Amino acid sequence: MQREKFLVVNNHFQLQYEEKQSCYVLLYPEGMVQLSFSAGEIMNLCDGTKSCDDIIMALTEKFSDESIENDIVEFLDEAMNRDWIIYHEA
Amino acid sequence: MKLEKKIIKPPLWILLELTHKCPLECTYCYNQLDFANTKDMMSKEDWFKVMEEARAMGAVQLGISGGEPLLNKDLLEIVKKANDLKFYTNLITSGVGADISIVPKLKEAGLKTVQLGIQSPDEHTTTLITNNKTAFNDKMAFAKSCKDNGLQLIINTCITRQNIHQIGEIIEMAEKLGANYLEIANIQYYGWALENINALLPTRAQLDEAKAITNHYREHRKDMKVFFVVPDYFATRPKACMNGWGSTFLTINPDGVALPCNTANTLPLTFPNVKEHSVEAIWNDSEAFNYFRGDSWMREPCRTCDEKEKDFGGCRCQAYALTKDMHVADPVCDKSSFHHVVTDKVEESLSSSQEPIYRNKINSMNIIAGRLAKSCK
Repeated sequence: MQREKFLVVNNHFQLQYEEKQSCYVLLYPEGMVQLSFSAGEIMNLCDGTKSCDDIIMALTEKFSDESIENDIVEFLDEAMNRDWIIYHEA
Repeated sequence: MKLEKKIIKPPLWILLELTHKCPLECTYCYNQLDFANTKDMMSKEDWFKVMEEARAMGAVQLGISGGEPLLNKDLLEIVKKANDLKFYTNLITSGVGADISIVPKLKEAGLKTVQLGIQSPDEHTTTLITNNKTAFNDKMAFAKSCKDNGLQLIINTCITRQNIHQIGEIIEMAEKLGANYLEIANIQYYGWALENINALLPTRAQLDEAKAITNHYREHRKDMKVFFVVPDYFATRPKACMNGWGSTFLTINPDGVALPCNTANTLPLTFPNVKEHSVEAIWNDSEAFNYFRGDSWMREPCRTCDEKEKDFGGCRCQAYALTKDMHVADPVCDKSSFHHVVTDKVEESLSSSQEPIYRNKINSMNIIAGRLAKSCK
């Protein structure tokens, strides 16, 4: 993970909050992943204007919890592995 | 008194069959043999209403199919509406039937994915399967334009005896075209495919070789995802058709009839029309959508089978097509007393020299006329 690069949801996927399911979902051809609360919070910040470091700063502040840093990096690595997110090249 | 209300989960995946017209005449088409009786009765506004109602229930996936959906003049508006409603949109197309300039317009309307059917990496075989001489070149141009316009491209190749020897070249072709996914779909035998089964069913040896070639590719190159769908005629347990009747999937066909699967109207049930009922009423309350929910409809060996939660007794359309009784176990299952119907068909097809008939309006009308003559006797 290059922590200073902006991250964005891969445009072949579609991220949205679903009222009926009370969670964020990630849609792809003929399938759907229901995201956990924390995964949804992180993915929602991958909007092309924030880097891994920015996301860590935003969420540690929002939840007043410094210990989540490793979890966030780990999740973003996995999300990138699965092509859910990519670096946003300006 | 029943205190518990049966909980019916909403549909997640809606398929709009915009028309059953198609410029191709593929021998393996799963469409109904009597498709010539299906009329295009749905206006743009009718489709909008279906999408709004399904979305309000929680549906998220939208497939746009046919026949050939490019033939529907409202396609761009339907895609735009679907995208505005936040459906994940998937156009299932042959790539034939509209000017190539439609591709950037589809992208602009918000289309996410194109699932493009390509039958073969060569023109001759494509023409043989589709009975359309320009299809191959049209498809290549369509695929290229999808990639040029940044659309996600899934190439879907339906596999039969007519092209199973080309698996390696099909994978090469899909990779060269820049496909994000390739689906190697050994066809299931419904509609026209079942009519032509003697000319289409591959041998088990051909199937094993096709699978080995696919696996070899998967091990050595990872950039394109390849799915391999196994035909159920060579299985001993049925597929969990549609993830269970009325559980996930809803099709609306060109005359507005709502179906739990694309071919359910081959069954002796009456299906409701979206022009007369809301999608919610159809899904939750109609007799047809509730008919095969749960397991109280099951007979032996399904009723007491410890795998009934896994495959739901298999496919109702296949059970009916092969046994004329829609309540029995899918005969693909080797616990079924009708399993020999499947193995006999496999046996028969191996030694048959039958030529396939094309899926077109004239053949469809002949089949309808033949059925009428038979029922008058």
